[in-house]
Amino acid sequence: MTDPIVVAEGLHKSFGDTHALRGLDLSVPAGTVCGVLGPNGAGKTTAVRILATLSDPDAGHARIAGHDVVREAGQVRERIGLAGQYAAVDEKLTGRGNLRMFGRLYHLSRRAAYRRADELLERFGLMDAADRPISGYSGGMRRRLDLITCLILRPEVLFLDEPTTGLDPRSRGEIWDSIRELVADGTTVLLTTQYLDEADQLADDIAVIDHGKVIATGTPDELKATIGDRLDVVLQDPATLATAATVLNTLAGTEPATTDAGRLSVALPATGLRLADIVRELDHAGVAAADVSLRRPTLDEVFLRLTDRKETAR
Amino acid sequence: MTALTSPLGRLRWTFADGLTLVGRELGRLRQEPGQIVAALIFPAVMVVLFGYVFGSAIQVPGGGDYREYLMPGLFAMVTFSAWLGVMTRVAADASRGVMDRFRSMPMARLAVPFGQTGADLLTGLLMLAIMVGTGLLVGWQPHRGLVPTAQAFLLMIVLRYALSWVGVYVGLAVKNDQVADAMVPLGLPFTMLSNAFVPTDGMPGWLRFLADWNPVSALTAASRELFGNPGARSGDVAWPLAHPVTTVLLWSAALLAVFIPLSLRAYMRTGR
Repeated sequence: MTDPIVVAEGLHKSFGDTHALRGLDLSVPAGTVCGVLGPNGAGKTTAVRILATLSDPDAGHARIAGHDVVREAGQVRERIGLAGQYAAVDEKLTGRGNLRMFGRLYHLSRRAAYRRADELLERFGLMDAADRPISGYSGGMRRRLDLITCLILRPEVLFLDEPTTGLDPRSRGEIWDSIRELVADGTTVLLTTQYLDEADQLADDIAVIDHGKVIATGTPDELKATIGDRLDVVLQDPATLATAATVLNTLAGTEPATTDAGRLSVALPATGLRLADIVRELDHAGVAAADVSLRRPTLDEVFLRLTDRKETAR
Repeated sequence: MTALTSPLGRLRWTFADGLTLVGRELGRLRQEPGQIVAALIFPAVMVVLFGYVFGSAIQVPGGGDYREYLMPGLFAMVTFSAWLGVMTRVAADASRGVMDRFRSMPMARLAVPFGQTGADLLTGLLMLAIMVGTGLLVGWQPHRGLVPTAQAFLLMIVLRYALSWVGVYVGLAVKNDQVADAMVPLGLPFTMLSNAFVPTDGMPGWLRFLADWNPVSALTAASRELFGNPGARSGDVAWPLAHPVTTVLLWSAALLAVFIPLSLRAYMRTGR
């Protein structure tokens, strides 16, 4: 395995009395997508700002491609791209005007900056809107322009802080496609998001953070496996709910959740249970099930379990 | 791409990046011709409003045409709009994340504030030129020859540049374009509280003190003197109005000395 390209060790950051980060560790191998998941206020944006040299940590250190983000900020800035929560482009300039200006500010020659602007507009489907001011762009187009502005120098590492927050599903899909294309080119992406399906779709590895610390890491599958499969039961007669709950509690060892009238859902132990056994036990207790299904947990369920457990442990 | 390692290279890129940001301002003007039209109409409105509406009832001290008396005041007013314009642009960049993008890029750090103030100088010159044209149309003219006239415009440019750094600092401090927009109307009383439109002699003592020491007054008095327009100092006047050129230069130096370091520090430290 190659050395990780993004490394954070024991990052601490406070704003007044608020401890945004309390010892955050992170390691992202080159060429992968790392999804940083966490509820609002978990410290995602603070972490990204430190990694992108916008903010200094109070303690701990971080390196991008071997360069310290505080002491060698200049070298780091030549290797990264950052797209924040809003489209950080000049509203009054055209799409092409923005790309050309940022190209010049990245110290490309005039000719190279102009060529690169056209290349990016062409490749990411914004050529038709190239000469319109950004103020006339849709939300999705703005974000896409914001994203490609980061790509002018072909960064080794791209930080995307909630790149699709507030976008409609179609625009989200377009941003996702753009990100996939970048990854195919070998760019390492660190993506923060509160949408679990986004992490599920894009991330190779996920770091779940809460209260300024990483509380779980792994591939989406590994994280799902940590809480076991889910069993969903739909009852024919809602009156048998209590009986069914007792049966499931005995089998799974945890209290099932009533998701709906006559619908139960329970996390199964990692050892697993056979579907046939479950149906037989329910039958014995006189519960008629309309539907019994075993499925992988969604990342949402994993997330809620992880952040919830942390809450009660505090 | 050249690294920003040597001091000379850094200086070169500060200049080059600053120029790119000045070019950005030109690009914005090209996209919004309405802004140029507004810039054209504004001085005309001011000249009509003050020159003909107020002017019909105002007696110029020592005699003379009110519009000749007024134009130096309007030049000063335009000069003082600098800090408001820069403030709103800086605040907009800070609140929309553009400032963060600049700071995450391998560009020369100082280029951003220097580019913003440089861009303002360019728009300021444009506005001044329009104002001069309007003034000539309504009968204003400099009477003392080329050198004093050039000196007067130079004073305006120097003070404008100093004021634009106030704008950078305030814009970085408020960091919110809506707050910045709401602050713009505050610029008007600041310019009105001066000798730009009426002599300060008739104001109540405390107000007169403020008006006499207002840099707007010093700039107005200096231009009246250098242009040879009516209303130049007469009799017993406050120190700043007795030495208006020195006062303008002192104000400019003081503003630059205070606000350049403050702005640069604020820019470097934003969000840290």
